[in-house]
Amino acid sequence: MPTRDEIFAKVSETLVEALNVDADEVKPESTLQGDLGAESIDFLDIVFRLEREFGIKIPRGELFPESIFQGDPDFVANGKVTEKGLAELRARMPFAELDEFEKDPQVMKIGELFTVELITRYIEIKVKEGAN
Amino acid sequence: MRWVWIDRFLDFQKGKSARALKNLSLAEEYFADHFPGYPVMPGPLMVEGLAQTGGILVGHANDFKEKVVLAKVPYARFHRDVRPGEQLIYDVRVTSLREEGAVVEGKVHCRTPGSTGPGELAVEAEIFFAHLDQARSKAIFGDRNFVFSGDLKLLMQHILPLTDKQPDKPG
Repeated sequence: MPTRDEIFAKVSETLVEALNVDADEVKPESTLQGDLGAESIDFLDIVFRLEREFGIKIPRGELFPESIFQGDPDFVANGKVTEKGLAELRARMPFAELDEFEKDPQVMKIGELFTVELITRYIEIKVKEGAN
Repeated sequence: MRWVWIDRFLDFQKGKSARALKNLSLAEEYFADHFPGYPVMPGPLMVEGLAQTGGILVGHANDFKEKVVLAKVPYARFHRDVRPGEQLIYDVRVTSLREEGAVVEGKVHCRTPGSTGPGELAVEAEIFFAHLDQARSKAIFGDRNFVFSGDLKLLMQHILPLTDKQPDKPG
């Protein structure tokens, strides 16, 4: 079972390859879009690379559930994620740290949830599941 | 000019790998401008050749039901000039194939017609294809699969006999 540091190191390598960034730019708190310049197509590339690197399966929409806010108008009101929307986020992304976001849940700021740390936590859970 | 950058397939293993051939003629228009007095094959056209080889391989894996579009070239490295009269061998191998898309690794080797051996490495690239979202693309483009149409169909005629036989020996 890889340690958390080992997982972070591999995630970091993966992002260096997928996003063509320098290794020292990739920090746990770096956001994929804001800090590392990821575009939508890069998210799919990252998923493919993580699967290969860690030998895991990442079902569509599990790590980057892009569709949460596209279907249900109950989830967003006046540019903010509603209680119902937050519950959905918590259910779909148990690996996300939502405490900070919940204080000011602007839908525009959802991108900031997607950090290197979030991917590391997600992989940690997946690797554990795979080992059981 | 026809937007087809491979002449024929030499080998085709469904969902796994493909090898295609491209002959380079001084009559091809781009050689006049790239460059005057020193004709060399533009690197992006070789990447396009790899993308067509890989795109047909990926499309065939799902019986051409998906619209396979080039989404990203994570890296491309160019090792040598390629000149008229030479022959390109495109090799692509699928590294990931999923419902959302696929990734291939490609290499282009260059050789003089009639020479033996695998030739010299000219290009290496990774190419990432996305499957255009079925629902949305249907609304925009209708039922027709615009990716696998026209001249690319001519190439696909080679695939069927190849999938039934053993791979060609390189060289």
